[in-house]
Amino acid sequence: MSSYRPKLLAISSGGGHWIQLLRLRPAFDGCDVTYATVKEGYRTHLEPGTAFRVIPDSNRWSKIRLLRTAIAITSLMLRLRPDVVVTTGAAPGYFALRIGKWLGARVVWIDSIANAEELSLSGQKAGSFSDLWLTQWPHLARDSGPQCVGSVL
Amino acid sequence: MIFVTVGTDLPFDRMLRVIDQWAVENRRDDVFAQIGEGAWEPEHIPFRHFLQPPEFREKFEAADLIISHAGMGTILTALHAGKPILVMPKRASLGEHRNEHQLATARHMMELANVNVAFDERELRERLDQLDAINPPRPIGRSASPELLAALRGFIHHAALRP
Repeated sequence: MSSYRPKLLAISSGGGHWIQLLRLRPAFDGCDVTYATVKEGYRTHLEPGTAFRVIPDSNRWSKIRLLRTAIAITSLMLRLRPDVVVTTGAAPGYFALRIGKWLGARVVWIDSIANAEELSLSGQKAGSFSDLWLTQWPHLARDSGPQCVGSVL
Repeated sequence: MIFVTVGTDLPFDRMLRVIDQWAVENRRDDVFAQIGEGAWEPEHIPFRHFLQPPEFREKFEAADLIISHAGMGTILTALHAGKPILVMPKRASLGEHRNEHQLATARHMMELANVNVAFDERELRERLDQLDAINPPRPIGRSASPELLAALRGFIHHAALRP
């Protein structure tokens, strides 16, 4: 029985993405977890002393912001070297999965439950390289992925 | 207390105007709104543009009813707290949001979790005039479904067993 504690980066944008990430916390038991998101104020949602990093927010409508986010995430991940990266989206999470993959991590995309009728754009792109690629709606699951294995509710 | 929130991306003047009008016509002094940056400022109800997460949580906990955009974060928070929530979807076609997924969210959450939905201003006004008819939500626990948690755990620890 392995006693190794995997290093896990749990990363998301703000709002619903962050609330959904928080609901996944029991799955991270037995790991050394670092949480990363876009608002300092979200630190209060976690136990004091939990590893927590703030990264610049961005979306596909601002290339400059995306670049800032990508740089910040690269820097964080080079220091952290996680074994596993889990994200509930959106763009910052996508970057973390891409960079994580290059660094040899196993990566998980969980599409937001808000995307009830089609997968998000980042979610579609993440499918080509994610080790676990999930939607929270059964009617969006496909044989070629994403899978649906439950939801944050 | 009724807590109104529009989320942290874009304002939602269309919803706020209805609520402001309703509040003055019914002499309500128990409404508070978080209206977003750059928003139209209500004339009859107290508001802030932006709330820090601890302030937001305080207002949320003090409220008997949440009225909000159909943002998943607010909806999940209300469901977990067992607070009645009335949502109105922001429309991309009106420049209120980047895409139309709030419509889909509202429809699915109405069915799945007993979230009250007003799809437009007229419906919102009707729901406000009949607050007693607002349903409490189907409560949810503090975490994701056991199935999803198990799938994630299995994935994470399988990785740890590799050399």
